[in-house]
Amino acid sequence: MHAPIAAPPASAEKILNGAGAAAILAAGVGAFLLGVFAVAADKSAAIKSLMNFWKPTGALSGETTIAVVIWLLVWAILDARWRNRTVGLARIKTAALVLLALGLLLTFPPLGDLL
Amino acid sequence: MEITTRSLWTLIHGMGFGALYLLGCSGALVELYRRYSTRSDPPATARDDRFLGVYLIAMAAMAWLAVLTGSYVIYPWYRAAPPAGLHSLGAFPRSLLLSQVSTSGWHSLGMEWKEHIAWLAPISITMAAAVALQYGRNLRSHPQLRSAVLGFVWVSLLAAGVAGFFGAMINKNAPVEGGNTIQLMHGE
Repeated sequence: MHAPIAAPPASAEKILNGAGAAAILAAGVGAFLLGVFAVAADKSAAIKSLMNFWKPTGALSGETTIAVVIWLLVWAILDARWRNRTVGLARIKTAALVLLALGLLLTFPPLGDLL
Repeated sequence: MEITTRSLWTLIHGMGFGALYLLGCSGALVELYRRYSTRSDPPATARDDRFLGVYLIAMAAMAWLAVLTGSYVIYPWYRAAPPAGLHSLGAFPRSLLLSQVSTSGWHSLGMEWKEHIAWLAPISITMAAAVALQYGRNLRSHPQLRSAVLGFVWVSLLAAGVAGFFGAMINKNAPVEGGNTIQLMHGE
């Protein structure tokens, strides 16, 4: 009995990387903004009050809602611009991973307190 | 054997969505690495693509359900302020933790970190699911894209792990209790 033969993947030239690049860069932006909003609301009473979209959850409701909305908007905009293009993925990947790492670090309260 | 509705929601959030997500993460990492590695043999099939797509969508659903139930169902009970003059803080976990030096760190570090870092998981895994669905086995032809997706999935595992650890420890020190009591079994 023979194993099913997989269809060969189309060549890299035919498969544009723009949509993937848009997705990873937008996710990096979303992660970074989450960290920025967490620190900003912790540092400023005015921002904390502004982020208080739903009182029982407090500022967390606004921080996460705004970060998620901007992430999705950035994703949609980048996707519309890059969908049919091949972009320089190495730089975009580096930028996305740096933004992700910064977002991760900014959520750590002792680091946020140092800023 | 009884359980309160708040405890039940905490179980659904942590042991249901959160723990399932953590379990799923290791599987996703293995599959993303194995199937789309340029050295993988045999190459992924269309059926493999469909399976991984459904798997990652289910993980994204788990991650969103975990953060949404955590932030909008359990967190309000956790952070509710006790009325002035109340001596027993058992129904107010945040205040209970902050009332003692030996437990205050579980809130000031644990909850403050957990409530934010957890949101990195749904963002990362939603992106991973979208890329896997869009590119399928062609992800093999884009090593930069594949390694970026893997990086995000690793961070989502870390984020879920931190959130899960602190969630368990906080609930151990100041459990979210209250609401109606559900009787699960009659004792002997």
